[in-house]
Amino acid sequence: MIAALIGLPLAGATALLLGGRRTNAWGHFLAVALSASSFFVGLGLLIQMMGRPAEERAVSQQLFQWITVGTFQVPFGLHLDQLSIAFVMLITGVGTLIHIYSIGYMAHDENRRRFFAYLNLFVAAMLLLVLADSYLLIYVGWEGVGLASYLLISFYQHKPSAATAGKKAFIVNRVGDAGLAIAIMLMFTTFGTVTFTGVDAGAGQASAQHLTWMGLALLLAACGKSAQFPLQSWLLDAMEGPTPVSALIHAATMVTAGVYLIVRAHAIFDLSETARTAVVAIGAITLLLGAFIGTAKDDIKKGLAGSTMSQIGYMVLAAGLGPVGYVFAIFHLLTHGMFKAGLFLGAGSVMHGMHDDVNMRHYGALRTMMKITYVTFGLGFLAIIGIPPFAGFWSKDEIIHAAFGQNTFVGAAALLGAGVTAFYMTRMMAMTFFGEARWQDDVHPHESPAVMTIPMMVLAFGSVFGGMAMLFLGDIEGWLEPVTGFAQPANAISNTILIPITLVTVLLGAGYAWLRYGRRPVPVTAPAQVSILTRAARADAYGDALNEAVFMRPGQYLTRSLTWFDTKGIDGAIGGLAAAIGGISARARRLQNGYTRSYALTMLGGATLIAFVLLLVRL
Amino acid sequence: MLLSLLMLIPLVGSIVVFSLPRGKDALAKQVALIFALVTLGVALYLTVGMDNTNGGLQFLEKHDWIPAFGISWTLGVDGISVVLIAMTAILVPLGMIAGWWDAEDAGRGTVKGYFALILALEVFMIGVFVANDLFLFYVFFEAMLLPVYFLIGRFGGPQRAYAAMKFLLYSLVGGLFMLASLVGLYVVSGRELGKGTFDFEALTALHMDPATQKMLFLGFFFAFAVKAPMVPFHTWLPDAAAEATPGTSTLLVGVLDKVGTFGMLHFLLPIFPEASKYYTPVIIALAVISIFYGALLAIGQTDLMRLIAFTSISHFGFIVMGIFAMTTQGISGSAFYMVNHGFSTGALFLVAGFLVSRRGSKRIADFGGVNKVAPVMTGVFLLAGLSSLALPGMSSFVSEFLVLVGTFSVYQTAAVISTFGIVFAAIYILWLYQRMMTGVPSAEVSSTVKEINRRELLAVVPILAIIIALGLLPQVALKIINPAVAQVQTYVGVSDPTSEVPTSMPGSGS
Repeated sequence: MIAALIGLPLAGATALLLGGRRTNAWGHFLAVALSASSFFVGLGLLIQMMGRPAEERAVSQQLFQWITVGTFQVPFGLHLDQLSIAFVMLITGVGTLIHIYSIGYMAHDENRRRFFAYLNLFVAAMLLLVLADSYLLIYVGWEGVGLASYLLISFYQHKPSAATAGKKAFIVNRVGDAGLAIAIMLMFTTFGTVTFTGVDAGAGQASAQHLTWMGLALLLAACGKSAQFPLQSWLLDAMEGPTPVSALIHAATMVTAGVYLIVRAHAIFDLSETARTAVVAIGAITLLLGAFIGTAKDDIKKGLAGSTMSQIGYMVLAAGLGPVGYVFAIFHLLTHGMFKAGLFLGAGSVMHGMHDDVNMRHYGALRTMMKITYVTFGLGFLAIIGIPPFAGFWSKDEIIHAAFGQNTFVGAAALLGAGVTAFYMTRMMAMTFFGEARWQDDVHPHESPAVMTIPMMVLAFGSVFGGMAMLFLGDIEGWLEPVTGFAQPANAISNTILIPITLVTVLLGAGYAWLRYGRRPVPVTAPAQVSILTRAARADAYGDALNEAVFMRPGQYLTRSLTWFDTKGIDGAIGGLAAAIGGISARARRLQNGYTRSYALTMLGGATLIAFVLLLVRL
Repeated sequence: MLLSLLMLIPLVGSIVVFSLPRGKDALAKQVALIFALVTLGVALYLTVGMDNTNGGLQFLEKHDWIPAFGISWTLGVDGISVVLIAMTAILVPLGMIAGWWDAEDAGRGTVKGYFALILALEVFMIGVFVANDLFLFYVFFEAMLLPVYFLIGRFGGPQRAYAAMKFLLYSLVGGLFMLASLVGLYVVSGRELGKGTFDFEALTALHMDPATQKMLFLGFFFAFAVKAPMVPFHTWLPDAAAEATPGTSTLLVGVLDKVGTFGMLHFLLPIFPEASKYYTPVIIALAVISIFYGALLAIGQTDLMRLIAFTSISHFGFIVMGIFAMTTQGISGSAFYMVNHGFSTGALFLVAGFLVSRRGSKRIADFGGVNKVAPVMTGVFLLAGLSSLALPGMSSFVSEFLVLVGTFSVYQTAAVISTFGIVFAAIYILWLYQRMMTGVPSAEVSSTVKEINRRELLAVVPILAIIIALGLLPQVALKIINPAVAQVQTYVGVSDPTSEVPTSMPGSGS
């Protein structure tokens, strides 16, 4: 049954891609049906799993022996435990909602069939990623989702910016993939196996140095996939893809795979303090960086993308805290999956009503025209800034609490991040739904059709109740503990003091944004006279400029000079020689009327000479 | 007899096709295709018939040829050569189908000549993989040059004469060094055994002193490094691949170049174990350089065919690295890599050929927006490209990872550096795809680039199917390759390093 989870959407992708135009009329329904069936299979497996005692919940399915070369033996095996089922529900649940939404969103796109094929492909690859029972098989899902992401970011292929963004995402991700590959190689030479069971069992006997390198290589992988510093630059460009893609892949599921990887490899991180510290540092940097970028974006999707970076920074930070944080990293990942997908779908709905304009300076006062979008987006907004009792409050508060248990600086970074989050999200709310209408000519905002608003409502429901449900009904801590381990954070500051402090910070951030963007009119064109900080945030904190200066330009220069060197240098030198010989043999050819003979003669003559010399030298 | 038969069928085919009367082009093509398909059938029968518990030579045939010099007609296959033969036998008919019309308007050649030459080339390509007498190997190794010389020189593009001559001269110079070493080896074997021999198995039993080994090794290595090709002996390949017809390029890069890496694996390691170990650091360094040099040069190309040729130079770096890592995973990975590279580069060359023949230009800048006018062609091209960048799920991923992990267990630094080669592979493939396939098509592209047709699909779909099938079920090939790899390791006298933490996995320690 576990294999069916992957098999259903994979069959959909195959049918739609190979079926061609014949499937144009009904292909999207097939894709939705298969994604939904995968969800129901997952639901069945979840109910079964809940019926078993905690230590018997994990189940495996060995499909066949994938690779056997000497001691390098990798089965094609799937592993479903409390951690992977949580992802299965998120991926297929949110995935199916976004499939449904896309029926409306992509209704007029001539390549709709291909879009749904890629969506199904993504769901299959992502499920493989979380169900694999070895790191090498994770790698297959890992690059599989990378491919789906590439195809979907560059879906509007006629736009050069989309093609470039897709390519950039894949290439930057491959830097991270190299990290995963190196980690797997190191696992093999250390443990002689790359399966979870083998690595978990052997971790205690491995040298500290190897564990640290493994941890750092896995962190590099996580940085690529989860857009963490310094590999974050692709995510903002990835917003070139259709909005449902941004919601599913670049907010709710794929970008969180790095967090999954770290938590899955907890046996390694548990034993390496150095690796954990690096994880915390990367998480803290990215959560501030992403939030900072989010404050100055006028493009609603890019604002949300900065926010995604930042929220994943929280998860990565939590994962780096070790057993006190793994559970909360996953908890925040799940709540974030719901409210951020909801926010992106809301943004898509706004764009749908605004002629695909993404500039919030052209929005304003949309709460009256798009009531459902306003309410669902608003509930997601309350969830993300962490207002109790909405979903984000529960998970983010636990992370801030655990962070303070680790170190005051880390805790302060997490707290500051919460304030900045409230600022940029309030700014987004104010610029989009409040204030005066700044619509461009010939734009007539209207609410989206039900096929789009219903998924938004479901996700809004999750944004309200998801956190409480998982915490109180699902006992997320007890549920994940058998897989990840769980420890109560050392109480530097108790939650009774911290929660009010966090709430005050959030309200300060929100209030300041409201004063600047809610109470005052928003200029239709972005002001040019702005502070250095605003300019930096608008330029994605100069991430691209840095990449260009450090990698791209020197790389282009190297490529150009090597290309020149190859034709003029190497080939020129040998070519000169060849030309000389060529001249001789051309003359020989004229003399003898046939190159075969001249070739044989040259060869024999030369060979005899060399053989003769060799014999002489030896005698 | 089976191996002789395997060579005899395309040989007869070549003669028959060549003897057909002029003007019967359609008949010549059909006859050639039938002979290629029969050869394929025999090759598959051979592959299936391998005893996978035995790493030594199978289907042995031994007849005296020139007894005075210890030269014999000794044929045999192990798991490594047999998968390469299967790959060759698959690519030949598919290349014919893909290039069905390529010889029509060639300046100096006839249609039947083109197809006869391809069959002749197949004879020698199979010959090098089955020959286990070194002199016989040398004969096939050199004889292979002739059909290629004519295939490029008569049927190629505008610069074909230059490219063909360059190819010939490079190969000749390499061959000369090999011949010198071959004679040296004969002399040494005569001194030790009383009678000189070229027999592969007899030569592996020699106890040469290290100095002699090193000298003789270099001669062979140079010939193989030119053929493979490794940087800096590579500059013939881009010219040859760019000027040849796509079908010829497929065989040239997909199969012919493998003779270089196959020779390293099948002859150098077993016959010169000490020298191989001695030169390993230099060769691994050259391999790493090849990986990045090839990739960077591929990124810098403006010509589609030259770009694909340079990607191959990068891939050959991986293959050589795995061979000289001398671990089970490294060697198996390299052997499997040779097969996968044949298919993925073959697919790329063939699809590129379809595009070039439509547009009438090999310049990448002359394309753009093809996706809009030929979506299926674009999809096929993307799949071939993804195979080239070793996407998991494709067979090339399994072999590339095996090479890396096999190298990592002995040369960590080289493996870690090479791993970042996958980033460059993504750049050269995806940037190529972006420039050719995305964007808005120009008027020229819209009017000339038509969708892929049935014949062309027939040529590339089987290749893509094999690539995906072997990605999911690599054991189909690896279980044939593995025993031969163990045999090579026995010859060299190496074993795999053990893991830091002892494992209790079943089957470990084999």
